[in-house]
Amino acid sequence: MKTIKGKLFIGLVLIAVVGLLVTACPTALPANLSVSNLSVTPVEVEAGQAVTITVTASNTGEEEGTFNIPLEIDGDTEETKSVTIAADDSTQVSFTVIRPEGGTYTVDIFNLSGSFEVTGEIGVVNVLGVWGGTELENFQAMIAPWETETGNAMGFSGTRDLIAILTTRVAAGNPPDVAILPNPGQMITLAADGELVDLSSFLDMTAINAQYAQGWIDLGTTNPLTGIFMKAASKGTVWYNPKFFDAMGYVVPTTWDEMITLSDQMVADGVAPWSVAVESGAASGWPATDWIGEIFLHESGGDVYDQWVNHEIPWTDPAVKSAFEKFGQIVLTPGYVPGGAIGALATNFVNGSWLPYTDPPGAAMYYLGSFTEGFIAAQFPGLVPGEDYAFFPFPTIDPQFAGAVTGAADVVVAFNDNPATRSFIEYLASAEAQQIWAEIGGFISVNSNVSLDAYTELAALSAEQLTGATIFRFDADDQMPPAVQSAFWAGILEYLQTPGDLDGILADIEAIAAAQG
Amino acid sequence: MPAFLFVTVFLIYPVIDTLRISFFNRNSTEFIGLDNYEYVFTNSTAQSALLNNVLWLVLFTVLAVGLGLLFAVLSGRVRYEAMAKAAVFIPMAISFVAAAVIWRFMYAYAPEGFTQIGLINAAGTGVGLEPIAWLVEHPLPYTDVTLPGPLHTNNFALVAVGVWMWTGFAMVILSAGLKGISTDILEAARVDGAGEWQIFRRIILPVLSPTIAVVATTLVIQALKKFDMVWVMTAGNFETDVVATLMFKQMFNFSDFGRAAALAVVLLAAILPIMLISIRRFRAQEET
Repeated sequence: MKTIKGKLFIGLVLIAVVGLLVTACPTALPANLSVSNLSVTPVEVEAGQAVTITVTASNTGEEEGTFNIPLEIDGDTEETKSVTIAADDSTQVSFTVIRPEGGTYTVDIFNLSGSFEVTGEIGVVNVLGVWGGTELENFQAMIAPWETETGNAMGFSGTRDLIAILTTRVAAGNPPDVAILPNPGQMITLAADGELVDLSSFLDMTAINAQYAQGWIDLGTTNPLTGIFMKAASKGTVWYNPKFFDAMGYVVPTTWDEMITLSDQMVADGVAPWSVAVESGAASGWPATDWIGEIFLHESGGDVYDQWVNHEIPWTDPAVKSAFEKFGQIVLTPGYVPGGAIGALATNFVNGSWLPYTDPPGAAMYYLGSFTEGFIAAQFPGLVPGEDYAFFPFPTIDPQFAGAVTGAADVVVAFNDNPATRSFIEYLASAEAQQIWAEIGGFISVNSNVSLDAYTELAALSAEQLTGATIFRFDADDQMPPAVQSAFWAGILEYLQTPGDLDGILADIEAIAAAQG
Repeated sequence: MPAFLFVTVFLIYPVIDTLRISFFNRNSTEFIGLDNYEYVFTNSTAQSALLNNVLWLVLFTVLAVGLGLLFAVLSGRVRYEAMAKAAVFIPMAISFVAAAVIWRFMYAYAPEGFTQIGLINAAGTGVGLEPIAWLVEHPLPYTDVTLPGPLHTNNFALVAVGVWMWTGFAMVILSAGLKGISTDILEAARVDGAGEWQIFRRIILPVLSPTIAVVATTLVIQALKKFDMVWVMTAGNFETDVVATLMFKQMFNFSDFGRAAALAVVLLAAILPIMLISIRRFRAQEET
């Protein structure tokens, strides 16, 4: 019995061994994955920047196989990649991870683990401005490289009622991170209330000083530096129709007297010399105050201009009155402006810019800043800039102030100090950023590192006008406190309606300016 | 109780705080007594805004109620009543801002010799009249006569738009009141030999007077609060400011919270008695 049992046992063992061999030794080994060499680079990043996680995946089997490789971060599956690896081969599998919040993150792929650390937080910079449509698209194009590079994002709210929205948000303790104000007047008020961030605390002031003319830095300085200027415009541009001038034998005037003589000649020829248009909704009057500012600078020079802007001379000063009267000479002389003063008051400033380019021209000349090019180009896409439409510099009034020009620019201010906002402002101030919009058009940079080649022909001319000015002053009404600015706008409207009351009108503005203290 | 809380938070507290702010300076840091009220009643811009509001109050209310009554009485007598009423009422369905934009185009002006895109000036120049900048000019249309403010062409042009919008409202309410008058009374009057004018004067008007009062009260409050149409059409330029637009400017353009609050208080003080009267009348009607 014992030997039979023993033989049976040996037989069973043999069968088991053969069976095992049959199953364990197939003709080829199946695909089998093994992972090794987990690497995390870099191990320390700023929020919003990419971390690359790489592993070597090897197929140790003898057949091609497709494997799912899951990446776990802090225990949760972040992403699964599917790779096909040939038999006995290996490949690099990499994942890109962006984390918006700071902290230490552990990485796990098939029990290989590593970690990386994120510092700071991803910034969404909330920007409040007046742009919409094409201007906003261009601005976004300018910001796009910054977003890609830093991983931060910009949230833009556009409103035409910037002052009202900003006043409300600041009063509610919920200001935007950054605002782009159309003039420094509001910046001065906000800075006086201590709402604005000192930009010099983080900007590379050596670079800023090298790239921006001192005048622009001074304008942005309410001690400390609270504003960086961009998107400038020259306001010394009188738009005309060169082909019409040639056809009629008119010569571009270089002095005020020549301009008046030319205007009289045009009236004699049955051509209205001037288009003047000051309607602009709640801001009606500003195109006329641009006239006054430009006349003032050419007539009384930079020092008196500063005194006027800073309210060191009263509004009843003869210099102010004379500037009003010179403007009145244009609008109120019969035959100069179609529709006279009423026409000027009732016409929108955009529509007014079209008159020199209709057929036949509704008027020969139109004074408004360099941005007028955009209005003309949009209305008459077939016209060639430089040939069909162009501008000549505002004529000289007093020869000692020849080459003077007023201008304006948007000013970037910050309400919150955080890393994203800092990097946003640093970027905006750079020539690299401003070059982008300058190349698209409709943008003049005051950063001297932006090359003149970046501009369209007419934009380059007005950029040159700004940089080459013998006397440059910022637009007068834009520097005044908002109440005075509004009174100035309203005053000029009143002057055009009742020119005889000029002394009373100026006295009214003076009363408001005096109340500002 | 929740209603009381709601009213306290959203009505009573803001009113009291506005009152407090109106005695303080521009950024509410210093008590300045009645200076802001002095501004409201002595400054020329503020005075002109107050006078404009008075013009709105009188002209707008009288015209809208008068025309509404006229349409209500007349449209009840024609076969196409529904259509006629719809035509008058439709403006009411347009948002105020949209209506203001539409009327800006209606009033649009181009100098003589240029193509008129505004309907009114196109029609006017079509029959040989000069174009008029309706929203800008002060003299009476087609004359050189300038009446003292607020009797200016541009104010009339603005009030006309308000009347255009609100006549339908007055008409619908008055028409409903009219339908409530028993035909027996009217028949009886006719049998007694009363003419149509007498019926209107002696029967319809007295019976309708509570309804007219309700409509007038609503329109008076509308006139006092007028903001949207003025803001969109002229932004208060050319001396068309009303109290509400001036308040907005003081607050948001000039950041002078004190003056803005004082204007708001004056507006409230003007509306309050009218509200009280209408509430009292409402109670009286409830009781009967």
